[in-house]
Amino acid sequence: MSGSPVVVEGLAGGYAAGADVLRGVSFTLEAGTITAVLGPNGGGKTTLFRAMLAELPAQRGVVRLVGRPAYVPQTDRTRLDFPVNALDVVLMGAYSRTPSWRRLARADRDAARACLDRVGLADAARRRFGALSGGQRQRVLIARALLQDSPVVLLDEPLSGVDAVSAARIDAVFDELRAERRVLLVATHDVEQARRWDRVVCLNGEQVAFGAPAEVLTTAVLRSTYGAELVVLAGGERAVAVDHHSH
Amino acid sequence: MLDWLLDPFSGALMQRALAEVLIVAVACGPLGVWVLLYRQSYAAESISHAMLPGLVIAALAGAPLLLGAVGGVIAAAVAIALAGRDERLGGDVGVAVAITALFGLGAVLALSPDVPARLGELLFGDLLGVTGGDLVEAAVLAGGVAVALALAHRRLALSVFDRAAAPSLGARPARWELALLALLAVCTVAAVRGLGNLLVVALILAPGAAALNVAPRLPAALALSAALATLAGVLGLLASYHWEVAAGASVALAAVALFALSLFVPSRTAPFDTQA
Repeated sequence: MSGSPVVVEGLAGGYAAGADVLRGVSFTLEAGTITAVLGPNGGGKTTLFRAMLAELPAQRGVVRLVGRPAYVPQTDRTRLDFPVNALDVVLMGAYSRTPSWRRLARADRDAARACLDRVGLADAARRRFGALSGGQRQRVLIARALLQDSPVVLLDEPLSGVDAVSAARIDAVFDELRAERRVLLVATHDVEQARRWDRVVCLNGEQVAFGAPAEVLTTAVLRSTYGAELVVLAGGERAVAVDHHSH
Repeated sequence: MLDWLLDPFSGALMQRALAEVLIVAVACGPLGVWVLLYRQSYAAESISHAMLPGLVIAALAGAPLLLGAVGGVIAAAVAIALAGRDERLGGDVGVAVAITALFGLGAVLALSPDVPARLGELLFGDLLGVTGGDLVEAAVLAGGVAVALALAHRRLALSVFDRAAAPSLGARPARWELALLALLAVCTVAAVRGLGNLLVVALILAPGAAALNVAPRLPAALALSAALATLAGVLGLLASYHWEVAAGASVALAAVALFALSLFVPSRTAPFDTQA
């Protein structure tokens, strides 16, 4: 066993050769940490995740991960008219370990129910996925990642636009995952939230900063990360990134 | 009443027609659900219409219809792919132009004076003219489609439900989208002998649309769609026998009638939205 579960070195790439969306990304993450990925829209947060999932068409540099990462997309990228219930969606987390001709294992079905329970949705197992609220859907997608049981979990703005109950529940699950020694990378617009986590990566086409929140989240760094999108509140100690994109 | 149901199937002609629709329904029903979920109903119509020249040329040359269907589908796929890619036209327009051109070409060939008058059969099918050999062909092709859909079930579901996360869950969406189109082409080839290239699309899309209106979950939708396609086949043949109307058209109309009925079934979401 040598080293850290997540190592990214000199990563650059984009969706076509010669058109980099992201440059100069290097960081190392330890087991049992939560890392906030901050940046404006188009700053490269999703691109970084796609590179870590080995799905970026043009990619240079090193990405070394233990295991295959789980990915939790934004819930509005799923098809709400698809005929599935919440439990069906969670069970998708077991697909890659089930041969096509086999039924899903009993153990996976039980585990899927347990995962729904962990995100506080045990009662919603039989409800149609598309009929759930945005926050509930986000929790179902997180439960699916729990069932995947990956050492590394990438979450794309899991807390944007969710209700308070869902947000609290998701926060609690993050703490549990950290206690289980997993590595979480969370794309977010919420600078205050990032302060409570272990590491911060700031992206604006390139890596602006990486480190512990206390060192990284300075007004100067945030200003070069967000540019004109940044609103600095009274005292200069609090900064809020304004989310311009609408769903 | 029982006589009314059974008498029509006492002759070999109607028995073979029944076997043909039952075989084809097993593939068309479930396939239709996937085609609709992938929003590819336009492709379903395009492929079946644009294969006409292949069918006509096979009929002219006296070659097996299956051969013409395969050639027609391949030519159609290439034309649709090339036309859809042309940026001056834009996807849909390019495809529409390609289909219309191919369909027109097929009609011109079929209507030339020195051709046996078989255009009707090619357009509307010939369920009552199905031979034992046709049944074997249809069984192999339709059976293959049904088995492939069953094996690909989870990958197809991942790819369409959640495109962004599908690769991390074990499915490459672009690959499965292509696989579905290939299965659609095979199924069209299997069914075109009986239903004709204008009507085959009805047995693919109508049962699937009805099932998705009613069924709350995917396995139920797939099973229901197969059952409705089968029912449409039987009802269509009965109507054709008793009222002396064209068999393929009756099957297509029965499928569409079942879809219309499904609109009166209370919404599939009802038992699930017990939130209030």
